[in-house]
Amino acid sequence: MKNEAPNYSHRHLLGIEGLYPHEISYLLDLADSYVETNRRPLRKFDILKGRTQVNMFFEASTRTRASFELAGQRLGADVINMQSSGSSVTKGETLIDTAVTLNAMHIDALVVRHQDSGAVKLLADKVNCAVVNGGDGAHEHPTQALLDALTIRRRRGRLDGLLVAICGDVLHSRVARSNIHLLTTMGAVVRVIGPKPLIPGGISEMGVEVFHDMRKGLKDVDIVMMLRVQNERMQGNYIPSVREYFHFFGLDKEKLALAKPNALIMHPGPMNRGVEIDSDVADDVERSVIREQVEMGVAVRMAVLETLVRNTTGGKV
Amino acid sequence: MPVFDTPTQVAYTNARLIDPATGLDTPGTLVTTGEVITAFGPDVTPPAGATVVDCGGNALIPGLVDMRAQLREPGEAHKESIKSAGKAAVSAGITTLVALPNTDPVIDDEAAIEFMARRARQIGLTKVYPYAAATKGTDGKELAEMGLLSLAGAVAFTDGTKPIAHAGLMRRALQYAATYDLLVMQHPEEPGLSGGVMNAGDLATRLGLSGIPREAEIVMLERDMRLVEMTGARYHAAHLSTSESVEIIRRAKAKGLRVTCDTAPPYFALNELEVSDYRTFAKLNPPLRSEEDRQAILAGLRDGVIDAIGSDHSPQDQDTKRVPFAVAAFGGIGLETLLPLVLELVHTGQLPLMQALKLITCGPADLLGLPAGRLAVGAAADLAVVDLEKPWKYDAKKSLSKSKNSPFDGRLLQGRVLRTVIDGRTVYQHDA
Repeated sequence: MKNEAPNYSHRHLLGIEGLYPHEISYLLDLADSYVETNRRPLRKFDILKGRTQVNMFFEASTRTRASFELAGQRLGADVINMQSSGSSVTKGETLIDTAVTLNAMHIDALVVRHQDSGAVKLLADKVNCAVVNGGDGAHEHPTQALLDALTIRRRRGRLDGLLVAICGDVLHSRVARSNIHLLTTMGAVVRVIGPKPLIPGGISEMGVEVFHDMRKGLKDVDIVMMLRVQNERMQGNYIPSVREYFHFFGLDKEKLALAKPNALIMHPGPMNRGVEIDSDVADDVERSVIREQVEMGVAVRMAVLETLVRNTTGGKV
Repeated sequence: MPVFDTPTQVAYTNARLIDPATGLDTPGTLVTTGEVITAFGPDVTPPAGATVVDCGGNALIPGLVDMRAQLREPGEAHKESIKSAGKAAVSAGITTLVALPNTDPVIDDEAAIEFMARRARQIGLTKVYPYAAATKGTDGKELAEMGLLSLAGAVAFTDGTKPIAHAGLMRRALQYAATYDLLVMQHPEEPGLSGGVMNAGDLATRLGLSGIPREAEIVMLERDMRLVEMTGARYHAAHLSTSESVEIIRRAKAKGLRVTCDTAPPYFALNELEVSDYRTFAKLNPPLRSEEDRQAILAGLRDGVIDAIGSDHSPQDQDTKRVPFAVAAFGGIGLETLLPLVLELVHTGQLPLMQALKLITCGPADLLGLPAGRLAVGAAADLAVVDLEKPWKYDAKKSLSKSKNSPFDGRLLQGRVLRTVIDGRTVYQHDA
């Protein structure tokens, strides 16, 4: 179809895995163009005017949902939120039923977050509209990886050749997986750092280097990406205690000093201050780009929604 | 017991210098200056002004390293204390002792580690290093703070006399320990198969006592080897008691797994017949096994599969031992009989002297990473002067330990410690 977006031709964005560098660059370029317009007082477009976007969150979320909601509204779409509790019904059946319902509503874009890995794909296979994965289980969170990449690219001018450390609970993290796919695809060198119980088996097959000593892992890195560690993992089942975790794997000034002097600090939020990251470091205006990541989030989601809706409607939006 | 001041220099002359780490065995002199060894060898002469101790041709060996003992302090001071165990230990040539965490409270926080170190320093006898619990409270449910405990001085992690039973938790414990390259020590006993009071078999049947099958140990070791292979962790199996256990460790080592093991004197010096008249002092955990198992443990010592011998010192008071066998406590004291029972292996031709001594000096020291168990210039002057031949009879009533529950009471032994030196200071002298 000749009118499809020139460099990202898929109907959905379910994950970063399998995307080509030019597809990622296309989305990042488009998102970049929205960053400036988002800073203006008048920032509403009518690119998606008359289109309907549904945000369906089976798992609690504040910032990601708000970010998708804003992105859709700024593009002029009608946005509704459907909050579902994923606990009461057999999930497989519910998702199929949900897809039938959504198809009957004739919507254009669907953003889905689900606690089960693969659930978003299951839904995407059954609906007629564009689907954006807003995070599925411990599988992927593609818009987070894109917004992280945009943040880095704007600060460093490139992704290629950078040394990036992803630290913390990699085992349970979809953010880590999407970032690993994106960064390695774009030519960055990725390290993962964490205690062995939180580093999943076989991760080195994803093209990363594994470190269990944070001091060694942070040596000379350009970017430090911290991951959230859920409190329930800190009660002795994966990690003995918060105190011990912070001592060995919490990012503080002392450990950060081992990274490159201008290394950037990132965190997908919400942060556990004093658990995986010290406030000193999180709030360091020179190094921390955590607020900027949130800003990039809206721009990235605008770019993704625009591109997908364009692709599903044969270029006419 | 007299405790002497530290002289600046001491020359131990007329000694048979034996260092199992290097294979040295030569007549000669050893000189200590302050707390360290400064010279030794056949041609060393006593420096001017040095105090001379004539060893009378007896063996001068590195102080023994006992890698497995329960000191009962804090919590059960009526059974033993760091001080009473220290006295018993130095009388037996033990200069370094590693204590299990099964005290009350359990050694699972930094304060407890520091308490042990402080008490041992105050007492000034045997050096005491602590194991820390692998799980909080040794409850087998949640991981203990291994990283911080190791920084505080814990040498390895174990639930001591309890197994880490849950396979999932053991996997995590091994993974977590491997994060910091720490050693996990297991008491290999599958709880689902234990619950008895002696070795399962015809003797248990005849005595009407419930049995602990050998499989309780075997199954747990087999499982653990899989988990070690999966996690790449360092693992130590405590007090092997069955022939299959030796085979499992042999295979694991051949496979390149980072596995070590020890046994204790009861498992090469006694068999299950010891309990035949319901002798509760022979009620041990693991239980004394069959003669075939004992022979296999001996073979494991001979061919080097077994890396160390620990005393497995487990003091129990009269109240818990002078009761019917089924309800009696497990365990036996073992500090004072460690060296003579190891020397028994030499005197009966089972092991060469050097190999035997290695199992209670540099063997355990090396696997735990302790700076002990060898004669070396610059090393701490922790030494024992031993008459390797002297016969004597062990009388548990005279034990310096607070508890007297030895399975070896009345045994004829050969080899006696004459003098024990810690950090250059004589802390024990045998008054013959």
